[in-house]
Amino acid sequence: MTEKARSNGQVIRTRALTKRYKDLRAVDAIDLEVAEGDVYGFLGANGSGKTTTVRMLLGLVLPTSGETEILGKPMPAARRAVLPNIGALVEAPGSYPHLSGRANLALLDATGADRSSPQERRARIGHVLEQVGLDPADRRPTRAYSLGMRQRLGLAAALMRRPQLLVLDEPTNGLDPQGIQEIRRLLLELNRQGTTIFLSSHLLAEVEQMCTRVGVLDRGRLVVQERLDLLLRPTGLVEVRTPDSFRCASLLGDAVVLVEGERLLVRSDDPAELNAHLVGHGVRVVEVGFHRRGLEAVVLEAGARS
Amino acid sequence: MIAVELIKMLIRPRTWMIIGMLVALPTLVAVLLAVTELGPRPGTGPPFLSAVLSDGTLFPLAALGVVLPLFLPIAVAVLGGDAIAGESQTGTLRYLLVRPVGRTSLLLAKLVTVVAFVLLAVLVVAGVSYLEGRLLLGTAPATGTVSLSGSTLTQQDLGWRTTLALGYVVICMLGVAAVALFFSTVTTSSIAAALGTVGVLIASTVLLGLDAAAALHPYLPTRYWLAFVDLFRDPIMWRDVQRGLVVQLSYLVVFTLAAWASFTTKDITD
Repeated sequence: MTEKARSNGQVIRTRALTKRYKDLRAVDAIDLEVAEGDVYGFLGANGSGKTTTVRMLLGLVLPTSGETEILGKPMPAARRAVLPNIGALVEAPGSYPHLSGRANLALLDATGADRSSPQERRARIGHVLEQVGLDPADRRPTRAYSLGMRQRLGLAAALMRRPQLLVLDEPTNGLDPQGIQEIRRLLLELNRQGTTIFLSSHLLAEVEQMCTRVGVLDRGRLVVQERLDLLLRPTGLVEVRTPDSFRCASLLGDAVVLVEGERLLVRSDDPAELNAHLVGHGVRVVEVGFHRRGLEAVVLEAGARS
Repeated sequence: MIAVELIKMLIRPRTWMIIGMLVALPTLVAVLLAVTELGPRPGTGPPFLSAVLSDGTLFPLAALGVVLPLFLPIAVAVLGGDAIAGESQTGTLRYLLVRPVGRTSLLLAKLVTVVAFVLLAVLVVAGVSYLEGRLLLGTAPATGTVSLSGSTLTQQDLGWRTTLALGYVVICMLGVAAVALFFSTVTTSSIAAALGTVGVLIASTVLLGLDAAAALHPYLPTRYWLAFVDLFRDPIMWRDVQRGLVVQLSYLVVFTLAAWASFTTKDITD
């Protein structure tokens, strides 16, 4: 991709975005880049600055310094033009507890500037409620909703305006495993239809299963920003498990990078060749294969480096 | 946005409970007066209450005199204090702002809604107590109602003076509404905002009772609340009503600006 095309396809771009609270740099000069069509996983421990960043993207928290461009326009200056194209779930979902889910969505929908007819609005609300798996005929007040139902309602609110960009903070919070899978399927379907998704989470498994790109925040600094498949590609090492680890290590010499009990990491491009070599020399092999790092290892390593 | 906020206020059960409570106290007073026929001696007790036994058409004014010093301001403090802090507590504030609803227009819509509530409450209290006055208490003398100055007012005269008085009561609550709105933008607890507002009103009342604070009296928000009584003198005594208007509008402007300054520069972190 050429540089020009890349900058045109950029949905979120920040330059040295910083938020300081007195002496604490909650978010420290981060350069986010989210391209059109990405499912971007924004990872970080609790307190690493994820939520503050999300709030700055949406104009809720005002940055101390730095620039933000969303959908090609500066934020928060152009929020009137930008925000209608974004659906957001910021931390917990919010609703008026004495009203039904449908009434909550209707109130939120009515605050928009668009001139839709009442029928269009009703249809729109019924559609998003079905999309997230809530019963559009449910008249119970949201006070009676379970955590998972509230989460679904929050997602419905985010989806209501068919946004180009979804900014979701912990979207599967409070859902059971089946609910998580349903929501994941829904989000991936929306992504296939062209919605860019910015997903902030501390659940590595969720990000590993859904995302195309990953950014890792550690104590306010963006320590990793890379395509997920590049982060998780084979490391050029082969992992061997053997009860004869000492013999194996002395046999392979310098090629061994790490010995850890029965597990060895060996520099090699061909596990089959290595296996034949070891067995030929009387080393019993339990398991042999390409070494891949999990996302967890990548994240921990990045945190340790910074 | 204003329409949405008005609908929200009207479909909220709390709104009607508060109005019900505002109506309950004058109703109790009317029943007690009708049963015992024991009015306060003229010149004591809430305004007009001594006159209603003989003239029930004055009861709406007596009812407002009963409700105004305590009940109505507390209701306004609760609603105004809930305006922004309440949205913050239910987690709906951030979703409104990313909708996007402009912060200034949200604040204005909230202020208008609180004023609309006051108008609604005052009209309901006046309407219900008018009926109660006619049904339970004395009917107006055929010659017409007697003004506080002793002259006689025609029904028509009484009508427009009562309308003026209702309007004045609504205006008296503007200051309270603005103070409550301001507190609502600086805290995320609607109870704290309401209590802060009630605190201001109590302080004002305490200072009014203190001669040493005489220099402050003309600037206190509660100083001219009962000046609507002067509208029933003949001729009308405008001085305190006018001062009351100036005080209320000053509080409205100052605290609305403060609320605006605080809310538009605030980081929404909850």
